[in-house]
Amino acid sequence: MEQFERPRGLHPPLASPAYRSTILRSPAQPPVLLRQRLTEVTAPLLGEGRIGPGDNDLTRQHDGGEAQGQRIIVHGRVLDSDGRAVPDTLVEVWQANAAGRYRHSNDTWPAPIDPNFTGAGRVLTDSDGYYRFTTIKPGIYPWGNSPNAWRPAHIHFSLFGRAFTQRLVTQMYFPGDPMFFQDPIFNSVPDEKARQRLVSRFDLEATQPEWALAYAFDIVLRGPDGTPMEEPHDD
Amino acid sequence: MTEYGLTPSQTAGPFLHLALPWPDGPDVVPDGTPGAILIAGRVVDGEGSPVADALVETWQCDGDGRFDDPGFRGLGRCATDPDGRYGIRTVKPAALATGDGDTEAPHIDVSIFARGLLDRVVTRIYFADETVANGADPTLSIVDEPRRHTLMAAPDGAGGYTFDIRLQGDPDNETVFFDV
Repeated sequence: MEQFERPRGLHPPLASPAYRSTILRSPAQPPVLLRQRLTEVTAPLLGEGRIGPGDNDLTRQHDGGEAQGQRIIVHGRVLDSDGRAVPDTLVEVWQANAAGRYRHSNDTWPAPIDPNFTGAGRVLTDSDGYYRFTTIKPGIYPWGNSPNAWRPAHIHFSLFGRAFTQRLVTQMYFPGDPMFFQDPIFNSVPDEKARQRLVSRFDLEATQPEWALAYAFDIVLRGPDGTPMEEPHDD
Repeated sequence: MTEYGLTPSQTAGPFLHLALPWPDGPDVVPDGTPGAILIAGRVVDGEGSPVADALVETWQCDGDGRFDDPGFRGLGRCATDPDGRYGIRTVKPAALATGDGDTEAPHIDVSIFARGLLDRVVTRIYFADETVANGADPTLSIVDEPRRHTLMAAPDGAGGYTFDIRLQGDPDNETVFFDV
């Protein structure tokens, strides 16, 4: 049965006490190594039925008008670590508005709500693993993790891939954000190179003149286990 | 072969409700489906307090052991309520031959996402009333016996099952989580 690689040292440690919410929510016992069998190497088929009209344009989801803020295109490819495209996979995104406020009852800091921005979108990758959506650049916002703590601007991403092992929820950041240095969530990724892979790239070629800036963000999911297999010989 | 660096995980945060729960998310099968069962429980933290902003996501085969049945989504999703409660309506999955002589007992893979979880945690739901199948399950056999009960959905007396998830605790009460 196909086995997927197990990334070691890639994901943030669940116990990362600089991010205070991990203190009571991270398991204290070590995880049990699960051999990948059918349930782990399969994934749901979530097709066009999961996508509604306008789900790929977060700036135009309200009859009252367009969302406020810097209009941007976010696009990229979803790949395996061997470079193979992950086609037809559901990508779900959510984010704060241009002022850094979420349209959520638990977000009560005094930044304005934009009546024309919900902050949720959905797209399917195409046959090349490509996805693209239009939104506004989210704002930086304060949070209660420590005094005067601010989250760098980010967009949440959720992906299924083609196997349960590939399921990924992550965050996309923007280049040059001044808040990276003090953010325990961004900095929870132990490897510097891996952390930088969460930062999108300004993409001049994909901008739409007189309309929208563009950021490129490729997402790489776990690929087949690269452990060499014995090839049968013909003698 | 070019190696592409993997994208690391980040927390789903406290506002996942904007995008991840679907109106039909908790219904792996529609209400009224023959053999439908409700699996419900609570997600709690290291102090036993409810985790009110988690998403519980399930993945399983159907009653015939199929993962590619177009009439069966296989995926369940439910956000927890202020008491940390979730519920998934589904059917009991079939046992699965592993291909190397073993048989996996009926089980459901579970991912939990939440504020404070920088990566998902993964567990499995087994069924406490599948004593014989559970006894032969190759995964349960590698879990320390005193911890196996944390993987058992218990019949609730009303045709459903109760499955609580404790994110952090002592070896005998923290839910067993798997490295997949």
